[in-house]
Amino acid sequence: MATTSLPGVGLLKGLGVTLKHLFKTPATQLYPHERPDLPPRTRGVIALMEENCTVCMLCARECPDWCIYIDSHKETVPPAKEGGRARTRNVLDRFGIDFALCMYCGICVEVCPFDALFWSPEFEYAEYSMDLLLHEKGKLREWMDTVPPPPALDAGAVIPAEVSDAIAKAEKELEQAAQQAEQAAKQAEQAKAGDAAPKAAARADEPKVEAGEIDQETYDALIAEGKSERIARSKAKAAYVKKQKALLREVASGAGREDEAAAEAPAPKAAEVHVEAGQIDQETYDALIAEGKPERMARAKAKAAWVKKEKARLREEAESGGDAAQVDTPAADTAEATPEPEGAAGPAADAPAPAEAEPPAEPQKKLADVHVEGAGEIDQETYDALIAEGKSERIARSKAKAAWVKKKKQEQLDAGGDE
Amino acid sequence: MILDTVLTTSTAMVAQTAGLLDTDSFLVSMLLKVALVIGLFLSLPLIVGYMEHKAMARLQHRRGPMFAGPAGSLQLVADGIKFIQKEDVIPRAADKWVFAIAPGMALVPALLIFFVLPFGPGVWAADLELGLFYALAITSISVLGVMMGGWASANKFSLIGGLRAAGQLIAYELPLILAAIAVAVQAGSLSLVGIVESQATFMVAGTDINVWFVFPQILGFTIFFVAALAELSRPPFDMPIADSELVFGYMTEYTGLKFAMYLLTEYAGMVSMSALMVVLYLGGWQILPGVPLPGCEAGGGLFDCGVLGTLIGVGVVMGKILMLTFVMVWLRVAYPRLREDQLQRMSWLVLVPLSLVNLAVVAVAKVVF
Amino acid sequence: MSASDLSAREISHPATAPGENLNLEIVGDGAFTTADMTLSVGPAHPATHGVLRVVLEMDGERVKSAHPVIGYMHRGFEKLAEHRDFRQSMALVNRHDWLSGMSNEIGLVLTVERMLEMEVPERAQWIRMLCAEYNRILNHLLFVGSYGLELGAITPMFYATRERERIQYLLEAATGGRLHYTYNQPGGVKIDLPKGFLQQSVELIPDLRKRIQDLEDLLLGNEIFMARTKGVGPLPPDVALSFGVSGPTLQATGIPEDVRVTEPYLKYDEVEVPVPVGENGDSWDRFYCLLGRMKASMYIIEQIHDRIPSGPVNVKLPKMVKAPEGSTYVRVENPLGSLGYWLESDGGRTPWRLKMRTASFSNVQSLPYLLEGTLVPDAISVLGSVFFVVGDVDR
Repeated sequence: MATTSLPGVGLLKGLGVTLKHLFKTPATQLYPHERPDLPPRTRGVIALMEENCTVCMLCARECPDWCIYIDSHKETVPPAKEGGRARTRNVLDRFGIDFALCMYCGICVEVCPFDALFWSPEFEYAEYSMDLLLHEKGKLREWMDTVPPPPALDAGAVIPAEVSDAIAKAEKELEQAAQQAEQAAKQAEQAKAGDAAPKAAARADEPKVEAGEIDQETYDALIAEGKSERIARSKAKAAYVKKQKALLREVASGAGREDEAAAEAPAPKAAEVHVEAGQIDQETYDALIAEGKPERMARAKAKAAWVKKEKARLREEAESGGDAAQVDTPAADTAEATPEPEGAAGPAADAPAPAEAEPPAEPQKKLADVHVEGAGEIDQETYDALIAEGKSERIARSKAKAAWVKKKKQEQLDAGGDE
Repeated sequence: MILDTVLTTSTAMVAQTAGLLDTDSFLVSMLLKVALVIGLFLSLPLIVGYMEHKAMARLQHRRGPMFAGPAGSLQLVADGIKFIQKEDVIPRAADKWVFAIAPGMALVPALLIFFVLPFGPGVWAADLELGLFYALAITSISVLGVMMGGWASANKFSLIGGLRAAGQLIAYELPLILAAIAVAVQAGSLSLVGIVESQATFMVAGTDINVWFVFPQILGFTIFFVAALAELSRPPFDMPIADSELVFGYMTEYTGLKFAMYLLTEYAGMVSMSALMVVLYLGGWQILPGVPLPGCEAGGGLFDCGVLGTLIGVGVVMGKILMLTFVMVWLRVAYPRLREDQLQRMSWLVLVPLSLVNLAVVAVAKVVF
Repeated sequence: MSASDLSAREISHPATAPGENLNLEIVGDGAFTTADMTLSVGPAHPATHGVLRVVLEMDGERVKSAHPVIGYMHRGFEKLAEHRDFRQSMALVNRHDWLSGMSNEIGLVLTVERMLEMEVPERAQWIRMLCAEYNRILNHLLFVGSYGLELGAITPMFYATRERERIQYLLEAATGGRLHYTYNQPGGVKIDLPKGFLQQSVELIPDLRKRIQDLEDLLLGNEIFMARTKGVGPLPPDVALSFGVSGPTLQATGIPEDVRVTEPYLKYDEVEVPVPVGENGDSWDRFYCLLGRMKASMYIIEQIHDRIPSGPVNVKLPKMVKAPEGSTYVRVENPLGSLGYWLESDGGRTPWRLKMRTASFSNVQSLPYLLEGTLVPDAISVLGSVFFVVGDVDR
């Protein structure tokens, strides 16, 4: 135990400790002038991403204080396709959180299945009157701008499934694209013995670059199924690659000959795209970061978005005979935007296309790969599971439909693969 | 009663050395003196209070007041304005007249002591022959106001606080006075100016090295300092207002201006006690032992210093006061508070015997050398 | 003393009407008649940090008897828990003792996990320990500061607050909360530590050591502090045990009782847990044990730094966690002592009954024994050193 040998030593120590602090810079933070640097996980205020809210009421039900007020009404959406059925959807009328009651437990943010609620570290919303602490959806939406990206996890952490899946998928696609490019280059070499090299390069690069784009129809179907945006995107991507390959094969097998003369123009551009494939689309990146996506995921997606945009532009140029047509890429925006569950179904035309394609040996193998990868996730049983879980009829129906589409596609693909 | 005391003492004691403010016209000098005393009384406690705010904050690794005036220097003025605006609450069960008078009772002696304190060469209101006696007598009246406040508040915490203050005063008046007497013996004078003067000429025995009384009487100085802390209820002897035990002791029920008066009393007390220590032990307005003020060489190094010398002399006194009050603040920051019985024990069993020894030694030395 | 006496309002001056309204014993006769005085310390008093009320019957400054009056902060936690599922209860239990949120949460999740026979990932257990130990230091720092305050030393509070700020920032980075963490869930913790947390934590510990040394220099060895605490409010071990006292207050009596050692939970059996003990059970020993426990916590944290594995931090939970029918009792070492949760479940989504055994409540029971015969300043010294949080007493 601490005992002092000499009387008075303890007293002197006390004087010494305090005197030592006299010459130090004060530890005080000059709060109103200096903003505190709060960690991103700080539970300061709850922000609402209104677009994501499906009025499932989970947050309001789980809130221990019942401080969330939600009003909504049903709206009928006209059928997206000819002969389709009209659907109903919930429209959010009111979303209020009474911060005078809230005890900042974070359960609402945690239970939200559609990523509509987020924590923001903002804390300066004290009011002179208690009723002003009831933040309605407009104000909650404004807090969204202050939501920081979640921090990276510790090195020892298991990477969350969403992130690791996205990374794996992106890597795989890149690999595939590279392989395809190689093969296509080989083919071209064999076919044209050297002098048509630029064209070969262009063609070779094409599948690789297009790996970034998505197949809108598949995407919409999956979204309608209630799949997460990430899954839908990657699957749609896979579907798109498949289609493009089919197109490429067609070009290679004959029709492409006509392009020989014109091929020189797009070739360098295609090469350029190829070289810069590492770049990211800043806009998408920022949007995703603001959305609160992990940095890694945002980067991967932004990379894909950039490649896609670039590609779209080049294709446009190529198709219009080398004229640099400025093309907006609404497809990209749609893809990056938050999912609209009942969004218009995409054009249904090209789904069976891959099955009809002529089967050169190597691409066929790739095709099978893509197919397997895409098909692994869907299960008809989810329908029953959902019903059993007590999901709303709307979700169950849309999922059932999506599952049917999926199955049909799968059969076709299987058939194509077996030929 | 107080007035009576003041009148009798002031007429009975003959002024010794004329200060700068003593002019031919009685009225003019009186006005000047009153102005000096009131001015110092209202400004010095504020300066010390600001110093305490800032020093305490820095010792505690924080910044203290920052926004009222430059570097928060007007914080106490702002506090004063706040106090004026507060509601003046008088508890229902309180003894209303006593409750109302008590803060003034505590404040007035703290003001009166300023009349005899020399703040620089010639800068004093009166240099009484019995100046030291007057100062010590006046300081003990303050506690009457404290006791009255404690009793009149009709609050048990206040009552205990008041009683503690009284007990503390009785216990610490004795060592305080005994220590001061030793100085008076050594100086051969009870006049505060006389004591300063004698320090300027006091030599270490057998040499011509000038020293202040703090060196031969380091023991007496320590006793005086500790006793002064206790008398002022400054930590670590702040039992009368011990906030964790007695809420705020005798001040618990006071609000607004009355509360401010008690606070002013405390800080004025710090100033006057420090000034007394400066006079008794630290050589008054001398910069260093044996070093006369610039311009003072003619007047024996102490008086008739000219404008510059006077200003420097005043500055030196203020500096010493601030130093001593800083130590008081420092102790407040560094230490917990003692218990009342420990304080009493320390006084009667340690300080009183020691001060008697000190007095005896000084008396013997005075005779021998 | 009946309840009506305690609440009797007294209007006349206490000195002019001795014993008139107070129903007190008159001592002596003639000119020396004195009356005992009843002093109500609290419910709003600087020394009770909370709303504990201690009614002291005093003869002069000496306390003749003391009656703690609790319940001013009763919020019905046990009843509330019966209407909340386990996730919601998590936000509840970190509030009854608001200085020990993490330990409380761990107590409840351990209870639920035991009922469910749930396997908790290793990493989650280590993270829980890490956070719990930081929480313990946070708690003790506050008590070190406030105890200084009760003895009239203002500075320790500021130094302690400064250190608390750093730890709170760290915990906030991981959990999002500064006091109410809501970080645990049955089967693990909600989310893994953020990047850089462990690095900051490793850097923090040596600093913290230095700061705690400062606090120790300011108080523990100070002669005035020793005069105020040595031999004040001694608690014999047997009396302490009979009152159910636990934590630093019990360790000060010389009994090295610590749930982390005697009934290790989480991974406490894999680390070395030093248990400081006192000799006399007085205020000084209690304070000494408090500081010792902080050092022990820092030592444990250092061991955790070396040993924390990688891996998942939680398990996939069903939509609604339902404890199976039955009951269980789990004890954890709260910063203030032993905390127990008795969970009785009927298989539903909420507990059928959640009984809390809180350290503060038991510690407060010893107050009448400790305060009897002390002086008022000593009473405050004892009150501050029998560590309790009023919310934890009343629940």
